[in-house]
Amino acid sequence: MKLTLKIWRQKSPKDKGRFETYKVEASPHMSFLEMLDVLNEELISKKEEPVTFEHDCREGICGTCGLVINGQPHGPNKGTATCQLHMRFYKDGDIIVIEPYRASAFPVLKDLAVDRSAFDRIIQAGGYISVSTGAPQDGNAIPIEKDQAAKSFDAAACIGCGACVAACPNASAMLFVSAKVSHLALLPQGKVEAQRRAQAMVRQMDEEGFGMCSNVTACEVECPKEISVTNIARLNREYLSASLGSEV
Amino acid sequence: MNVKGNQSVESFHRRLGKIMWDYCGMSRNADSMKKYRKMIQELREEFYKDVFIPGSMNDYNPELEKAQRVADFFELGELMVVDALDRNESCGGHFREEYQSEEGEALRNDEDYAYVSAWEYKGWDQDPVLHKEELIFENIELKTRSYK
Amino acid sequence: MSFDNNTPPGPLAEKWSRYRGTMNLVAPNNKRRIEIIIVGTGLAGASAAATLGELGYKVKCFTFHDSPRRAHSIAAQGGINAAKNYANDGDSVYRLFYDTIKGGDYRSRESNVYRLAEVSRNIIDQAVAQGVPFARDYGGLLDNRSFGGVQVSRTFYARGQTGQQLLLGAYQALSRQIAEGNVEMYNRHEMLDLVLVDGKARGIIVRNLLTGELERHAAHCVVLGTGGYGNVFYLSTNAMNCNVTAAWRATRRGAYMANPCFTQIHPTCIPQSGDYQSKLTLMSESLRNDGRVWVPKKQEDAKAIREGKKTGNDIPEEARDYFLERRYPAFGNLVPRDVASRAAKVACDEGLGVAPTGLAVFLDFEAAFMRYGQSKAHSAGLHNPSDAKVRELGVKVIEEKYGNLFEMYEKINGEDPYKMPMKIYPAVHYTMGGLWVDYNLETNIPGLFAIGECNFSDHGANRLGASALMQGLADGYFVLPYTIGQFLSQDIRTPKFDPNAKEFLDTEKDTRERLENDERQGQPVGGKLPPPPR
Repeated sequence: MKLTLKIWRQKSPKDKGRFETYKVEASPHMSFLEMLDVLNEELISKKEEPVTFEHDCREGICGTCGLVINGQPHGPNKGTATCQLHMRFYKDGDIIVIEPYRASAFPVLKDLAVDRSAFDRIIQAGGYISVSTGAPQDGNAIPIEKDQAAKSFDAAACIGCGACVAACPNASAMLFVSAKVSHLALLPQGKVEAQRRAQAMVRQMDEEGFGMCSNVTACEVECPKEISVTNIARLNREYLSASLGSEV
Repeated sequence: MNVKGNQSVESFHRRLGKIMWDYCGMSRNADSMKKYRKMIQELREEFYKDVFIPGSMNDYNPELEKAQRVADFFELGELMVVDALDRNESCGGHFREEYQSEEGEALRNDEDYAYVSAWEYKGWDQDPVLHKEELIFENIELKTRSYK
Repeated sequence: MSFDNNTPPGPLAEKWSRYRGTMNLVAPNNKRRIEIIIVGTGLAGASAAATLGELGYKVKCFTFHDSPRRAHSIAAQGGINAAKNYANDGDSVYRLFYDTIKGGDYRSRESNVYRLAEVSRNIIDQAVAQGVPFARDYGGLLDNRSFGGVQVSRTFYARGQTGQQLLLGAYQALSRQIAEGNVEMYNRHEMLDLVLVDGKARGIIVRNLLTGELERHAAHCVVLGTGGYGNVFYLSTNAMNCNVTAAWRATRRGAYMANPCFTQIHPTCIPQSGDYQSKLTLMSESLRNDGRVWVPKKQEDAKAIREGKKTGNDIPEEARDYFLERRYPAFGNLVPRDVASRAAKVACDEGLGVAPTGLAVFLDFEAAFMRYGQSKAHSAGLHNPSDAKVRELGVKVIEEKYGNLFEMYEKINGEDPYKMPMKIYPAVHYTMGGLWVDYNLETNIPGLFAIGECNFSDHGANRLGASALMQGLADGYFVLPYTIGQFLSQDIRTPKFDPNAKEFLDTEKDTRERLENDERQGQPVGGKLPPPPR
């Protein structure tokens, strides 16, 4: 199939950036990123600079890839990371617009690659259980209800790709933060410091310049791991009870 | 960076990978490995003469990162072949076609090869030097592995 | 350079505890003055960085990724082994040790493997305490499943994303140390060389991947947790950016590379579909718990399938060859990876492959659908349920167990594996070889340590499923933090190393010349290409 790509090119964080148009010949068996590989090979053969895009595992788990394809983070398919999107969902003659995530907390580094280190800093602010390596109690000492463990897992499945931020008109990181808060708060081991955690992570999120959540729920729709917005409600609960309980 | 040839890093990596998979993959034999060790060397030479790396060194440049890595894969790949040639037995993931039972199972040689091969690098144009760490089994009896 | 494996004396079962009890320690006030460089933030690197930070060392940690959480450990699917014997099926430290040595075809070191089996139990406890949401049974206790090459159930798992959950646990522990200032984290920095001072590893040269600048970093010792070299094959289940550069540059500086020819080909991957393909995707080994591997008995049936005239479902039971069950009745579909892969290759070489390329065999869940369905129907009190009903119930059980894997298969392949048997073929997955290390996980260069897949130590010529996660975390949480003291305790009076010293400047110059002129990259600087060695 023959495709027309309109790709965002930006030399550096300071460059203004613009769309460039490319033609590429793809096969329906290819993955989306393999289609971009083909384009890059062509550009290299013409001694032009290839399009910089980030990717690694190419099986939807590392969270490195994240392109906005025709306005949708990770493209049209539900529960699918960019690397798992295949070209059989496109047809000959399609025009595809490919952009980086747009959020002030995720500055563009080059072309389609953005800086998501804000997420790391949010985790560093409190997204962990304060336990050191040593001799904790036996893994079976505290039974955890099967469904509860499963709920925690559902939240823990977040791959930290940032699609939720890109999808949100306010560029809010609430889905990401709430997934981590829920993952840990739902387990007895993480319950202990749940409120403190919620406060610290939300504070960091605000400092990074992410917007407020206004319940648009576009984040859930675009999330490649289909993390539920009910986690946001849980985060609000933890955050609220922490604020009420605190002395300030 | 300054070679300014005509072929992409990716294309060299693919060619190296194909050689490795076909001749040093699921099964290996001495004759073809000897031949393909030379091919790896030739491919590496071609790489240094004809690779093209776009962009510049002082920039975010994934192609340059790749080039560095592929350059190392050439040398490691050759060492893998050298090691596979040294080990005249079949064991685990290392299956030498010359050493198999009538039923096609791996034939290990504990007499001569119960050692760890530790290779010392002697420069890219020198053969590496083999150091052997003998494996001593005091608690487990060496047996032919059977899952039958 | 030493080449002694430094295994402590004494009976196997007591070596580690005795050694740990008598080894040299570094006092807390000295730890604060000692710097450690860790390269890599996968399970091994992140767990080591977190633990050493907790102990009070000054740690600098490097990754070429944009975040420590992206390391490829994240993609491990199936699980992690531990000799907990929760299943009461006869497991023990000795049995895990024995299975690992045997699975590795008797090419690994007894003392290291025994220690691995011993500490495997602590890993599960540690991970649970960190909030890793392992699968649980209805009683709320940890659930297990079986992997290839063993006859007990000792594999702990978090759906098909065990690696992800364990890595997030280690990443969170690491993040906590970063926040506390014990670990300084350098994202998007790639190690390009090792710096030796008086024959000891005292620093590294890294390239800042955003600016291209070279940087010199000094420390009292260097730890590499930089993974394996499977990408030498180009197509593998490794992530696109996995590479051998850090380990290989150390090799060029004198570290020994051990058993490089020991590579693991994983039997259950999604087959290659075209020349443009950039990587192969693994289907977890856990699928072999319930899936049966087969090819048609007759070449003409295989040919018809390849040409799209027939599907797997059209081949009647008696015309199928369940070759693993036939050749290995004791272990059946759960033989170790090397054995399963080779058997699949043999079948395809005989012209029985079932993909257009001729390179694929079936992995079939029909029997499992029916078996689980019947048991579900029985417990639901259904009498004489129809086959369709039984199958429907069974599909649900399988969906619960492997749902995300089935989904992943469909996304890539476009076929619904609940309706058609999966097609699989072996692919490069893991490399058992790696930097040579002694019992302390120290290479032959003093002060250079290698952990996780980066070293060669525990898996011999073949690794058992669910043992990579175990080894990475064992090394990082429970082995290296002790053994590193053996080296560092000699260095408590050594002042910080100066990254502007001659050794550092010289090594940086080498690195720069190599980057600038790739023509000279593979040879001693200044020379022309001599003829290749014979």
